[in-house]
Amino acid sequence: MNLLIRGGTVIGPEAPFRADVLIESGVITAVGERLESANATVVDATGCWVGPAFVDIHTHLREPGREAAETIESGARAAAIGGFSAVVAMPNTEPALDNVPLVSYVLAQGAKTPIDVAVAGAITIGRKGESLAPLADLAALGVRLFTDDGTGVQNPLVMRRALEYAAPLGLRLAQHCEDEALANGGVMNEGPLSARLGLAGRPAAAEEIMVQRDIALVRLTGGRVHFLHLSTANSLAMVLAARAEGLDVTCEVAPHHFTLTEEACSSFDPQFKVHPPLRTETDRAALQAALATGAIDAVATDHAPHAPELKDMAFDEAPAGMLGLEHVAALTHEALGDNPVALFNVLSRGPARVAQLRAADAPVGLSGHGGVIMVGEDANLVIFDPTATWTGDRTALHSKASNTPYDGRALTGRVRSTIVKGRLIVHEGALQ
Amino acid sequence: MNEDENRQDRQRGLAFVVKSQLLTADDVSRAMKRMAHEVIERNQGLDNVTVVGIQRGGLAIAEQLASLLSTIGQTSVPVAGLDVTFYRDDIGDQPLKDASSTTLRDELTNRTIVLVDDVLFTGRTIRAALAALADWGRPTAVQLAVLVDRGHRELPIRPDFVGKNLPTSRSESVRATLEGVWLGTVGAQ
Amino acid sequence: MSFRGANVLTLQGVTREAILDVLDTAESFVEVNQRTVKKVPALKGRVVASLFFEESTRTRLSFETAAKRLGADVVSLAVASSSVKKGESLRDTITTIDALGLDAVVLRHRSSGAALQVSRYVPHVRVINAGDGQHQHPTQGLLDVFTVRQLLAERRGVLPSETGSQLFEGLKVLIVGDIRHSRVARSDIAAYHALGAEVRVAAPGTLLPNSLEGWPVTVAPDFEEALAWADVVALLRLQQERGSGSYVPSLGEFTNTFGLTSRRVGLLRPDTIVMHPGPMNRGVEIDSDVADLPQSVISRQVANGVPVRMAVLYLSVAEKKEWS
Repeated sequence: MNLLIRGGTVIGPEAPFRADVLIESGVITAVGERLESANATVVDATGCWVGPAFVDIHTHLREPGREAAETIESGARAAAIGGFSAVVAMPNTEPALDNVPLVSYVLAQGAKTPIDVAVAGAITIGRKGESLAPLADLAALGVRLFTDDGTGVQNPLVMRRALEYAAPLGLRLAQHCEDEALANGGVMNEGPLSARLGLAGRPAAAEEIMVQRDIALVRLTGGRVHFLHLSTANSLAMVLAARAEGLDVTCEVAPHHFTLTEEACSSFDPQFKVHPPLRTETDRAALQAALATGAIDAVATDHAPHAPELKDMAFDEAPAGMLGLEHVAALTHEALGDNPVALFNVLSRGPARVAQLRAADAPVGLSGHGGVIMVGEDANLVIFDPTATWTGDRTALHSKASNTPYDGRALTGRVRSTIVKGRLIVHEGALQ
Repeated sequence: MNEDENRQDRQRGLAFVVKSQLLTADDVSRAMKRMAHEVIERNQGLDNVTVVGIQRGGLAIAEQLASLLSTIGQTSVPVAGLDVTFYRDDIGDQPLKDASSTTLRDELTNRTIVLVDDVLFTGRTIRAALAALADWGRPTAVQLAVLVDRGHRELPIRPDFVGKNLPTSRSESVRATLEGVWLGTVGAQ
Repeated sequence: MSFRGANVLTLQGVTREAILDVLDTAESFVEVNQRTVKKVPALKGRVVASLFFEESTRTRLSFETAAKRLGADVVSLAVASSSVKKGESLRDTITTIDALGLDAVVLRHRSSGAALQVSRYVPHVRVINAGDGQHQHPTQGLLDVFTVRQLLAERRGVLPSETGSQLFEGLKVLIVGDIRHSRVARSDIAAYHALGAEVRVAAPGTLLPNSLEGWPVTVAPDFEEALAWADVVALLRLQQERGSGSYVPSLGEFTNTFGLTSRRVGLLRPDTIVMHPGPMNRGVEIDSDVADLPQSVISRQVANGVPVRMAVLYLSVAEKKEWS
């Protein structure tokens, strides 16, 4: 299949420029004004931005174990609709992705989907935080990112050993920063609001203590850490200071943390329950402001599907987590204002770099993502309409689940087309 | 004017607009004295008579009636208030009326109750009062005294003692107190 | 805001007028409860379900009695001991019961916010919160202030309904104990504050809420001084079944520092009102040998539960929504 993307604005790593893009056999073969092609399907990109397709480095695909909520296939569909050409599947499946056969299974299932599915392996066996998972064996399968996400590695000695083991292998460990003892079963941000509502709180300190700890461990071991879903202004400040010091730390922010605050929990609607929890307006504003400055390497959805009846439980009993794949692009675009370069940095280039999914470092079998739009590059592109207005609708999602907090919310900016490995996977909001 | 009902009506944006005054305070006073004599005659005395005024409109009238009976009969006639809010048959069909106090304390057995209200209209308030009285006890007899009977009965209820019969149209409204009786309309302010 | 035709979920933000509406209506129900026939037909034909996910004989009985005395049909479900498995969604449980055709549900649940969530699942059913987790217990707050007004009016020889909220203006109220985990405290504080009382709280540091920002209370720096200061002392139960015991070094230390011991009883005035929502932990918040205290109004609180709940049910359920 050959494609000619016509009439769009190409978003390079520097300034945007008007150009058409010709794709042949999965690769970009021409970039320039007024291109022609005899046998290419024309894809109209007038008024749109054309850039590297998005990469989500924090997606819960739930398979194996919780297929009622999502499968690798349905998650990949939702991702494609959201403009993603690649996702990294989190290992808190049942059983956890801590061994070669299971990771191979997920990679094989992922290969059947139209997008690239990479896997984040668990850091410890069963994600119990006690003994190391076979990081080298998993790395041989192409796994580059490891995490016990769902929870963080609680024991500092175990985390130290993991960093020391992973460093020479060129692997990055990703951490869900929350000290479970201090979080103490809380269900929302700890503060005056949780006190008034009578809901147990998870203090910001529970996250910040572990961020601070892991920075110290990176300093100690020379390892690499990626901080998952930072939710407080203080956490971000600590990571920036560590980076300035020269430590190899990266970080991501989830869309719900820069669009929502703890106030949403006053309704006791479990749609708003998430770990780490929605925080204060000060935190939200700080995270939003940092999106444009390069401080944040990636916006990652932490897409967390749950079977509908589970979110129909009492707030403290319901599982935590919300969907994100299909709305994150609009939310990030709204948060950045008219800033296409930053948009593609945080949704594509940054995440691809963190997860080693760029052409230069992608494992064999996966194509290059988050790259520059130039001749010779793998054709993983998204056509994004920055002025399209639409409304979030929980009944119209491609995910199997419907636990989105954005039902009924007005959104600006929408993916028109997603092109993966040169094939048009999504066009005008529909899978092809 | 009946202050409490007017307050509740005012809260709902309704006002009583006077069209004409039908009875003066003197007229009412004469009617009350006549009713007192009728009560004594009907009961051949005042032994075992208790006067019960229906809250809120009937209470002041009941107290005046009891006072007149006590004076004329030279004996002390007990008087009490009866709240029928919880016995109304229109609960839920209109905004709830505010409840008030029932001061009945004595046993009703062997007593003749003279039930008193300001205006007798559809008869539903009296029905509610009879249901309430039944839950307070079992009187020997219940007689009904009203200051004004304006017709339009919807239930088989008839008064024993009437201050004044006043035919009215359904859409009109009547205010009856010891200070006088007025005809008017109730509408949105 | 008014309770007429409305769900009764919380006292947070309640107005003085709304509280007085309940208290004044409850006076009429006190009269009804003193008759031989303690029943009125105000809610005849209505179906009220009592859905208690957390066991509480006293409160459930109080609500069911109140509903029956209003002439309603009562459907009683002690879900705590039924076959509802943990993990069945709240929505499924309530919609199944709603198939019986309910006018109102009285709900007690171990989770904060459960009553509000249920009200969203069945918007056509009136929901009365009988205690949701650590959040609110509105009828307890209402019967507590009703009891105080009743007692203070009696002392002055006036009818409570004639006093409005005057008796609360400047009234000194001390709430002691596990404030952090107490829905009763949250409801009481909202009610006393709306009526004009001054509220102080006394508790060990770990049993105060993580933040008192926005709460209309001050922390009493010295418990014993506060006991002498207070007109009303409201003791809270240490919620051992919610693990509150682990917030203090030992129950003994709690009693020594914040319990009503025989020695501390001597600091109270003869006219100080001592209250407790029940059930009491004798030997913890109140020393075993002082449980029978002349200033205690606990039995009045229990007795007032029925007329106050009758008033709440009447105002909330009898009034159809389209009028309010």
